[in-house]
Amino acid sequence: MPPEEPLTGSAGPADTPAYERVEPYELVVNGTRMTVEDAWLGESLLFVLRERLGLPGAKNACEQGECGSCSVLLDDVVVCACLVLGVDAVGSRVETVEGLTASGEVADIQAALVEAGGVQCGFCTPGFVVALHDLLRRAPSADDMTVREALSGNLCRCTGYGRILEAVRAVQWQRGAGVSTGEGPGDGA
Amino acid sequence: MVRSGAGVAERVTRAQRGDRVGDSPVRPDGAQKTRGEFAFSSDLWMDAMLWGKTLRSPHVAARIRSIDTGPALAMPGVRAVVTAADVPGRPTFGLELPDQPVFASDVVRYHGEPVAAVAADHPEAARAAALAIVVDYEPLVPLVDPEAAIDAAPIHPDGNVFRHLVVRHGELGASGDVVVEGNYEVGMQDQAFLGPESGLAVPAEDGGVDLYVATQWLHVDRDQVAASLGLPADRVRLHLAGVGGAFGGREDVSLQIHLCMLALRAGRPVKMVYARDESFFGHVHRHPARLWYRHHATRDGDLVKVEARIVLDGGAYLSSSNAVLSNAVCFAPGPYRVPNALIEGYAVRTNNPPCGAMRGFGAVQVCFGHEAQMDKLAAALSVDPVELRLRNALERYDRLVTGQVLTGAVPVREVIRAAASHPLPVPQDPAGTMMALPGGAGATADPVHVRRGVGFAASMKNIAYSEGFDDFATARLRLEAGADGEPIATLTVATAEVGQGFVTLAQQIVREELGVGRVVLAPASTAEIGSAGSSSASRQTWMSGGACQLACATLRSELIVRAAELWECAAAQCLFDDGEVVRVETGERLLVRDLLVPAPLETTEEYHHRPTRALDADGQGDAHVSFMFAAHRAVVDVDPELGLLRVVQISTGQDVGRAINPVQVTGQIEGGVAQGIGLALMEEIVVSEGRVRNPSFTDYLLPTTLDMPDVVATVVEELEPDAPYGAKGVGEPPAISSGPAVLAAVRDATGLPVTRAPVRPQDIAYAWRGGA
Ligand code: FES
Ligand code: FES
Repeated sequence: MPPEEPLTGSAGPADTPAYERVEPYELVVNGTRMTVEDAWLGESLLFVLRERLGLPGAKNACEQGECGSCSVLLDDVVVCACLVLGVDAVGSRVETVEGLTASGEVADIQAALVEAGGVQCGFCTPGFVVALHDLLRRAPSADDMTVREALSGNLCRCTGYGRILEAVRAVQWQRGAGVSTGEGPGDGA
Repeated sequence: MVRSGAGVAERVTRAQRGDRVGDSPVRPDGAQKTRGEFAFSSDLWMDAMLWGKTLRSPHVAARIRSIDTGPALAMPGVRAVVTAADVPGRPTFGLELPDQPVFASDVVRYHGEPVAAVAADHPEAARAAALAIVVDYEPLVPLVDPEAAIDAAPIHPDGNVFRHLVVRHGELGASGDVVVEGNYEVGMQDQAFLGPESGLAVPAEDGGVDLYVATQWLHVDRDQVAASLGLPADRVRLHLAGVGGAFGGREDVSLQIHLCMLALRAGRPVKMVYARDESFFGHVHRHPARLWYRHHATRDGDLVKVEARIVLDGGAYLSSSNAVLSNAVCFAPGPYRVPNALIEGYAVRTNNPPCGAMRGFGAVQVCFGHEAQMDKLAAALSVDPVELRLRNALERYDRLVTGQVLTGAVPVREVIRAAASHPLPVPQDPAGTMMALPGGAGATADPVHVRRGVGFAASMKNIAYSEGFDDFATARLRLEAGADGEPIATLTVATAEVGQGFVTLAQQIVREELGVGRVVLAPASTAEIGSAGSSSASRQTWMSGGACQLACATLRSELIVRAAELWECAAAQCLFDDGEVVRVETGERLLVRDLLVPAPLETTEEYHHRPTRALDADGQGDAHVSFMFAAHRAVVDVDPELGLLRVVQISTGQDVGRAINPVQVTGQIEGGVAQGIGLALMEEIVVSEGRVRNPSFTDYLLPTTLDMPDVVATVVEELEPDAPYGAKGVGEPPAISSGPAVLAAVRDATGLPVTRAPVRPQDIAYAWRGGA
């Protein structure tokens, strides 16, 4: 049995010096240099993006690396922004759903998710957009099992994933990627 | 501006106005959500805003000897600390009765009960300050066994039995040729909506407060917040912030009162966001249940009697336990004709986490029992389980065990046949990918050991609130000409859009009724409009949908009156036809846009469902408005040596009345099935001696893309006579019998009894080694 600590809704122990102030630092987010002022040392990249840089697109469903709602690209690699310290992102390129939206490179993924009914509450959606962008860039013709594996770190509580997977098939088909199963965007249900 | 019917060029075509009832337009908020631009309650931000944090009890049961907030107040950046002593109004809250303290004052009754809250400049400062509060607890021995709670010394002034409900129906002495009996158990499921509890409270100049929050029912929150703040209701304004899922878990107040108290105390806006671990402590869960059943049937397979005893563990506070128990007892037999029944139910108070609403409440728990019993009965009678269900299926004008006659659509046989008739999936390919085997990436299952099972289950549930509750819905509709002269319909409802897609349906309904293409939804707020009732019990399509339809009907009549005035004819000589008013005798037509030139039109309407009645001392009465039915067939692969499972396919038939938006219906079915599979196989809040052991997504497992099978669905559309468009709700049924079907498939694959949901790997592996 763990020691009985007062529950405050945060996992960290009481004596973590997480609230030490740090000097202002610079991050490159969506191709723009941004200064993070007034930050505390323990702030995650997710917190910095959402609360200091005005980019709430990455979400905060678990803040412990289990749900993928906070997915961002860090030097082209999908990471959980909740597991990266803000200060550790200095010197890296950070891309968020806002940046991917602005560049237009995920427009078809976004449209397909809406069209297929893959968005309900939408809390998981930005994370899925980032994860899908990464997957389809690496493996445009990924088959169903590969897609499921790639998305298995992104939780969705509303959709049961059926319409999201349908959206993936639609994007693959539209992009002309010969999906290994050879199927078009038929109704998966 | 009077124009004959020939003015075709100026008429907006049906295609432009499109997307009506029965179509599948996309969600109006969908694009925003994909871009990360939709503002959820945790995305809110304000200048000079503070961060709130709750201090929760580390004890399951304890007396509080003293609370010293001094050390917290002395910390830098701390702006407010509040405890029970600071609650200005009613010290308690609650959905059905206010039996839950806003903050524990003298006694703590569950692990994680709020004791104090802090507002500070930074979330870490708030957290550190909360930890600095000194609470002197005297731990007590917790009461954690729900059976024992019935007779144990009360742990709350209101006693330990929330409700004891007995249904006595028909000949209680009746018995059948064949009798089967069983005990079943259901664990505590969490709603696990992804958007954590969060909100922003802003003190207002009038001494009141504005709260932006994710909830399922703004007005019921508002009333509870106002009572505890000691403020008149109109000075507490709740505004719906983006809701990241709900599933029942946002029906109760969580941080609402704390947040408003902090904002009023600090005189500054305060934001609070629960981390995931706190979310597990911050909302009610699905009631764990213990069920005993005895079914009697004739040799031919007709049900003679159902006996049952149901014990629901409501945890420390009431929440909606009374309504959950009512459902559990009422639907204990499932969707079958049962002439005689004796069903006893208890909902009790313990020191376990409080339980309340979750998708399908009451019906979900008992379905594990009644469906296992139907399979047992089928085995005892040597008949096919599907045939046995068809034989006993409820029909229109049958009576429930509560005596209520089913007057609506009752397509039980249709949903059963639909679920049973989908083609079965291809057999497991022994040379196939490891990922498709039970255990998946763990690569542990040996294909030689994997067995496939098929299971079946059917269910029913009520729509809307029951037992005399008038959960009406309000809608205001304004029709005006836009800058280009084309009409714009603005709909104001307090309906909580929690992801279910009511916003889409509302637009479809207005387009259907008025032929107006541009339909805008105003923000939902208690400051703008009356109650819509809760976004729960599968009720908003019917209730808020009904209010929208009523408002449209009123405005249609007013448009007709305006046209008749212009034509100087009787209103009775005019018809509304697809966005135009037609003068029957001349064929003259007026467009809505033309009729709006003098002034906009506006109306506010309330929609009430037909009255229901509380159950009497014998559990008899017309307690419910309407019923939905569903059936599920599950195909599951099991490696019994390892206790690993993989659901291969779920097929379902679901009674929806009418699908107003077929794509959204599919989404509800797939999402509900995922939650049903979760409860059957992996989702459980593990509570030992009252302590929550797994308050995180690391340890509380949710189905992922790899856990979800193909879902093949048949939507059965038999119009419901009373309902707007004949549409019933769709949200809950997929979460009810899907889980029991999965467990039936596990039983089929292994021959093991499997009486507990969720079934854990060890339940299968140990039993397999011991018994096989
Ligand atoms: S919020 Fe980062 S993984 Fe869940
Ligand atoms: S749409 Fe709600 S969590 Fe995915």
